[in-house]
This record gives sequence, C-alpha cells and structure tokens, in this order.
Amino acid sequence: MKLKAPESVFSSASFCPGCGHGLASRLIGEVAEELGIQHSLVTVVDVACCSFNIDYWKFDTIMAAHGRDIPTAVGVKHVRPGSSVLAYMGDGAAYSIGMAETIHAALRNDNICVIVINNSVFGMTGGQMAPTTLPGEKTATSPKGKDPTRYGTLSGVELLKHMDIAYLARGELVGSAGMIKAKKLIKSAFQHQLKGDGFSLVELLSPCPTNLNLPPVKARDFVHNEMTKYFPTGVFIDKGGVE
Amino acid sequence: MSKIKLNISRCKGCGYCVAECPRKALSFSGHISDKGYDTVQVDESLCIACGSCYRVCPDSVFEILE
Ligand code: SF4
Ligand code: SF4
Ligand code: SF4
Repeated sequence: MKLKAPESVFSSASFCPGCGHGLASRLIGEVAEELGIQHSLVTVVDVACCSFNIDYWKFDTIMAAHGRDIPTAVGVKHVRPGSSVLAYMGDGAAYSIGMAETIHAALRNDNICVIVINNSVFGMTGGQMAPTTLPGEKTATSPKGKDPTRYGTLSGVELLKHMDIAYLARGELVGSAGMIKAKKLIKSAFQHQLKGDGFSLVELLSPCPTNLNLPPVKARDFVHNEMTKYFPTGVFIDKGGVE
Repeated sequence: MSKIKLNISRCKGCGYCVAECPRKALSFSGHISDKGYDTVQVDESLCIACGSCYRVCPDSVFEILE
C-alpha cells in the first residue's frame, strides 16, 4: 500500500522526539484529506505544546487562550456552520483549566470535534502533576509519586459517558495497530460533525518522553501498559452509529 | 524499484520505527544529523513495505512507494 504523509495539509512536526502530538497531527491531516474537508476545516489549538501545530498544519488555525479552545471553536462553528471545526488540546486544557468549557459544550451538544491529547502531565510547563497523573506517578511536582490518598486521578471520558453527545472514544497513539484504530476514531468524530449530530470527543493517550523522563520507546510502553489501566480505550458513545 | 523512501533530515531518533518493524529492516545508523539526532537507516532487502514505520513515525520520515 502506498503511504505518504498528507503534505498538502501537514509539513512536519517540531515536537520533542517521540512526542505523540506529531502522530495525532498527522492522523488529523490524513482524515481531513480522506473526507475532503481539508480546505474548509478550521482548527483551534491551545497555547500549550499543541500550539506548535499553528506552523505545521496548513489549515486555517486559531490559537485560543489556554483552555478556551472549545468555546472558540463553538464560536467559529456558529459563524461558519458550513466548515468542520476542531478544538485540539491537551488534557491540561480539556480537563483542568478548561474543564467547565468542556462540560458545558457537551451539555449543549455543540456540533464540533474535540481531540484531547492525554499524556498524564502538564507538558509545556515542565511536567507538573495533573488531574490525569496516575497514582504513584513521579512528576516534577510529585517527585515521590502522586499520593492517591490526597489526589485523585481524573478520567474526562468517564465524566462525559452519561451525557447526551454524538461521539465519545479513547484510543492510544502506540504501535501500528493503535495508530490504525486512533485514525478510525478521529474519522468517526468528523463524520458525526458532518452529519450534524453534535459534540464529539476523542481522547488519545500519548507519550510525552521529555516529562516522563524516559526514552521514547519506554514512554510509549508506559502509555500502553500503565495509562490504559486507568484510561481504558474504546468507543463509549456513537449516536446513530457511524462506525 | 524502491519500496521505501526516507526523508531522513526529519528523523529525531525516537526509535519507534526500529521497535515496530516486523522484519528488523530498520536500525540506528550512528550518523548524527545536523539537529544532533542518531538517525535510522533501512535495509531494503528485508523490507516488505508493510507501512508500520510510516504509521508510528511522529515526524513523517517515511514514504511507502508500493
Ligand atoms: S513536552 Fe511532552 S507534550 Fe510537549 S512537545 Fe515535548 S514530548 Fe510533546
Ligand atoms: S515498511 Fe515495514 S518492513 Fe519496511 S522498513 Fe517499514 S516497518 Fe520495516
Ligand atoms: S520513528 Fe521516525 S523520528 Fe523516530 S527514529 Fe524512526 S524515523 Fe526517526
């Protein structure tokens, strides 16, 4: 099978070696081309690591204030209802500083796609402990490991599971099989938006080797072996079934 | 005809492709790129053009030609 990066929409990535953002960003480019929405898609990125995409995607891209990608994307959708709109953010933006925005857009079932890169830490700011940090996980601000008796571990997908939205899924940016599955999830989310079904959120478990202080292959193994214990992958809502 | 093309200046030496290749066709070359990374090389005689390296590369180094 011929395979080539979708260079009409994506040039390359300037993330750290082995960062999952490069993988997710390429998949979004592939899906946009396959669905023929590459010229109308408007992407909104957060100010954290995902903001590098403003230089590498060739889509019209807006950089939102931290954690405010979703309301910005909702605004774009209101004024450009014919465009597909994507809010692309990390778990810090989606489930920490921007949690209220995430929940209320889901409550309104706004017709946008949200892709959340969950790497279990606040990446851009130096790897501090986040709501998604696993129990016992060592970070810059939990050097002895996250104390589960003081701090819980938050699953944003779990919170959204019982809401009346179009699509909810979680994948992992690990290995060839994980990448094939992750692409399918992203595509389904955009298909729901094209059908006007409402709010779609795809969380992608992603390696951040820099802040996990691990060589990339070991960071990838951490995602696959440890993160999936707390954040199981799968499709949780698929209204009307595009899959 | 070539099965695979590498845009090697993009490689950051993460090693995902080396770990993923089912035919062990990929290895580190020991050649340090201008960006300071140990980049990968391919032994085309082993490659079966399965596309796994393309899928797992965060920096879009690979192109599969057949
Ligand atoms: S700090 Fe982590 S999330 Fe940010 S670019 Fe580097 S590896 Fe990726
Ligand atoms: S296409 Fe498959 S066999 Fe060839 S180098 Fe890539 S992973 Fe290995
Ligand atoms: S996956 Fe890509 S960036 Fe990583 S070592 Fe292989 S070619 Fe280089």
